[in-house]
Amino acid sequence: MATDKPNYLNWKTTVASWLLTYDHKRIGILYLVVISIFFALGGLAAAMIRMELATPKGDLLTSDVYNKMFTAHGVIMIFLFLIPSIPAVFGNFALPLMIGARDVAFPRLNLLSWYFFTGGALLVLIALFRGGIDTGWTFYTPYSSSFAKGEVSLAIVGVFLAGFASIFTGINFLVTIHKMRAPGMTWFRLPLFVWAMYATSLIQVLGTPVVAITLLLVAVERSFKIGIFDPNLGGDPILYQHLFWFYSHPAVYIMILPAMGVISEVISAFSKRRVFGYHFVAFSSLAIAIIGFLVWGHHMFSTGQSMYAGIVFSFLTWIVAIPSAIKTFNWMATIWKGRVHWDTPMLYALGFMGLFVIGGLTGLHLAAMATNVHLTDTYFIVAHFHYVMVGGGIMGYLAALHFWWPKMTGRMYPEGWGKLAAMLVFVGFNLTFFPQFILGYMGMPRRYHSYPEEWAVLNVLSTAGSSVLGLGYLLPLIYLTWSLKYGKVVTERNPWGARGLEWELVDTPPDPHNFERTPIVTRPAYDYNHPEEPTAFIPKPRPVVVGGKDG
Amino acid sequence: MAGHGESHVHPVSLYTRTLWWLMVLLVATVAAGYIPNIPNWLGVVIALTIAVWKATIVIMNFMHVRFSGKLAWLFAGAGFFWLVIMLAFAFADYVSRPWEPFHGWPE
Amino acid sequence: MSVKELEKTATLEHASDGHFHGDGILGEQFETLEQQNTSYLIGMWAFIVQEVLFFGAIFTAYAIYRFKYVLEFTLAHHELSVPIGTLNTFVLLFSSYTMARAVRAAMQNRHKKQAFYLFLTFLFAGVFMVNKYFEYGAKFEHHLFPGGDYDAHAVVEHAEKKGELRIVEENGKELYELGKTRNGEFTAFKQVTPEEFEQRTRLFFGFYFVMTGLHGLHVLVGMIIIAILIGRAWIDHLKNKPIADYMPVEMTGLYWHLVDIVWIFLFPLLYLIGR
Repeated sequence: MATDKPNYLNWKTTVASWLLTYDHKRIGILYLVVISIFFALGGLAAAMIRMELATPKGDLLTSDVYNKMFTAHGVIMIFLFLIPSIPAVFGNFALPLMIGARDVAFPRLNLLSWYFFTGGALLVLIALFRGGIDTGWTFYTPYSSSFAKGEVSLAIVGVFLAGFASIFTGINFLVTIHKMRAPGMTWFRLPLFVWAMYATSLIQVLGTPVVAITLLLVAVERSFKIGIFDPNLGGDPILYQHLFWFYSHPAVYIMILPAMGVISEVISAFSKRRVFGYHFVAFSSLAIAIIGFLVWGHHMFSTGQSMYAGIVFSFLTWIVAIPSAIKTFNWMATIWKGRVHWDTPMLYALGFMGLFVIGGLTGLHLAAMATNVHLTDTYFIVAHFHYVMVGGGIMGYLAALHFWWPKMTGRMYPEGWGKLAAMLVFVGFNLTFFPQFILGYMGMPRRYHSYPEEWAVLNVLSTAGSSVLGLGYLLPLIYLTWSLKYGKVVTERNPWGARGLEWELVDTPPDPHNFERTPIVTRPAYDYNHPEEPTAFIPKPRPVVVGGKDG
Repeated sequence: MAGHGESHVHPVSLYTRTLWWLMVLLVATVAAGYIPNIPNWLGVVIALTIAVWKATIVIMNFMHVRFSGKLAWLFAGAGFFWLVIMLAFAFADYVSRPWEPFHGWPE
Repeated sequence: MSVKELEKTATLEHASDGHFHGDGILGEQFETLEQQNTSYLIGMWAFIVQEVLFFGAIFTAYAIYRFKYVLEFTLAHHELSVPIGTLNTFVLLFSSYTMARAVRAAMQNRHKKQAFYLFLTFLFAGVFMVNKYFEYGAKFEHHLFPGGDYDAHAVVEHAEKKGELRIVEENGKELYELGKTRNGEFTAFKQVTPEEFEQRTRLFFGFYFVMTGLHGLHVLVGMIIIAILIGRAWIDHLKNKPIADYMPVEMTGLYWHLVDIVWIFLFPLLYLIGR
């Protein structure tokens, strides 16, 4: 493991070698850079919202600006951060390494996906700076049609493009997982992160086109005054919600499933145990992806949707809780009697488990039609989905970021700061969002910039928590950037002592071609019980070697 | 494994026969459109049945799914299956709205 | 890691000893040409799944409105020309056939034959687009394009003539009665105001233009790709290249058949039902 060997970061250094790269690892880094920028922007919008809500009166922002602020927060965080976050960054970086492939199946499509995403993101950004949009992230009609203000069409085109970026990633991973596995890497030897990415890709391919066409119909309605979703012109706004949630409910699983995959990796690596009930965890990912398509109507209980459809949707929503619970219990069983190492990724993983349980269980309250009528469109909902998407999705993202950081960069992050940030995120998060459950239960509606005096205390608590949370997010930004130059250099392949091809066989940072030769896999994933047996080996070269393997 | 025999060249007669069937079905569907005084729903059912039939033989013969591995079957099926999910659940809402004890949307 | 165990478990998706590099056709990330070809096929199928749901969503919306406004939509159906629609279906089905023949020729490395069948496909697609152009033109002429000067007069006149619509007056207001005339007797099923009638037929033509427009866009994209393939096949023919990668043609074929399938559904749903 000589350090002077070129790796994927330094073997070519021109700007063009980055912007025109077909290397899945570099594309992962490109995605990381772009989504980090948008995470910061979305976070700024969130900070403005919490500052406004620090006082009952609407004194910092006018109601118009407030509407634009929460829309900007939602659109950026969902379409431009959470959906691409783990799949496009760590899926791209780690998935081919984990299955023993030289690259994804379609490297050019992969690069194209990044350009679609970045182009779409820029359009959204332009729309926001040219006056913003106030529709909410859902682009509900008639907010986005008859009563629209601002650059809705531009933002829609941006989201449309970002959607196709997501479809391309999904197609790529589906084919990669099917066709690019190394010899011996059977389906049930795959790391659970790969299973989770497979389920995610299914949703991306099956769901995203529906939201694309739906947004296109809104654009048509706006341009030609055809009342597709406008009741005054014979249309039905509830149809918009049907089509929108057909994608956007499964999209919640695009955000959480990859995080669940990361948690499986991290928990087994830092408990030094095989994930308990591997098959159950693997199939629960698929079950969540498939059942997730049958529940979208639970977003529409209080609209004009038929109550009979509501009953079916409510029932199916409860069913989704089963695979989610299977995962959680199996993770707990994995930690049980494991040799737990309290490194930063593990702290995030433990945080994930706690917060996801709260987020998931409050989802059951909302899935019941009767309680839903009381709680819908209140801060209870806001707290619920932040517990799942931030407490689950972003905790998983940060766990992944710290877990694979040494492999990606060849530098270690400062462990002490990492632990501090993880604690701050956990405390700040709970302080921000737990009061919102109570506020919502008391009836505080979401999306208003002012509220009665009696809710002031809880709102101040929430705002205070958000500043702690903000600090918790700022710290990794600073120390990870710092570590690029000053962090401890990592040259060993496996700093965590974890199992898996990306740790056992791939250099740190990886070789441009990943593996010397295509490895042959001989053991299942997470084989911590047999530390003397490697998961895979690189076969000896044949007498005649064909192929461009010269690094 | 998917794609076994994918590069196999099929006899021309396969394509010619498929084309003939498509033409026959095209005539049938147009003719069915002109049957006088049939209920609307029956017209839709006939038209859609023939359309599904046509699509199936295109998928099977022209797109070679009949000769492909399990994976191609799975993918070809998945798209249509998910479309059925979308249609079924959306219609479940619209069809059952008039059953509610109080009336809202449908006239 | 005994060889026996390996043989038991290896997926052999990669036959790691297959070193046929097929004239620079094989991508760096693949081990064998077979792996590459099936990857491309599965990738194309995943793309088709995406397209099915892309068009499927708009079919769903259309179906729901037709369910809701079946009488109004039926009268609007009548404005579409069945002969032109039938001709276009014929042309597209035939082009699917020539496309399948082109793929077959490509697999046999018969470049000239391949170019010939691709050219036929291109020609049929062209006929389809020209037809579409005239069809759209007629709609614009009758103010049936749902833009600024949309006007349902044409629909009303035709429906009146066929005895499926009657204009009545109630409390000094004009109303349309939609129904059927049988044995000279008019039975009304539904009463609508002229504004409602205009909105709902407008909705129909909105769907008509969006669906056929998106489909036409796909035809156009297909024509561009086919034109490129014709050029490539012809160059291969001139260079007497013995073996060429047939996957681009095969994948374009899959795409083209998908475009055909979308039309197979569009044709009866827009032109035929409720006639």
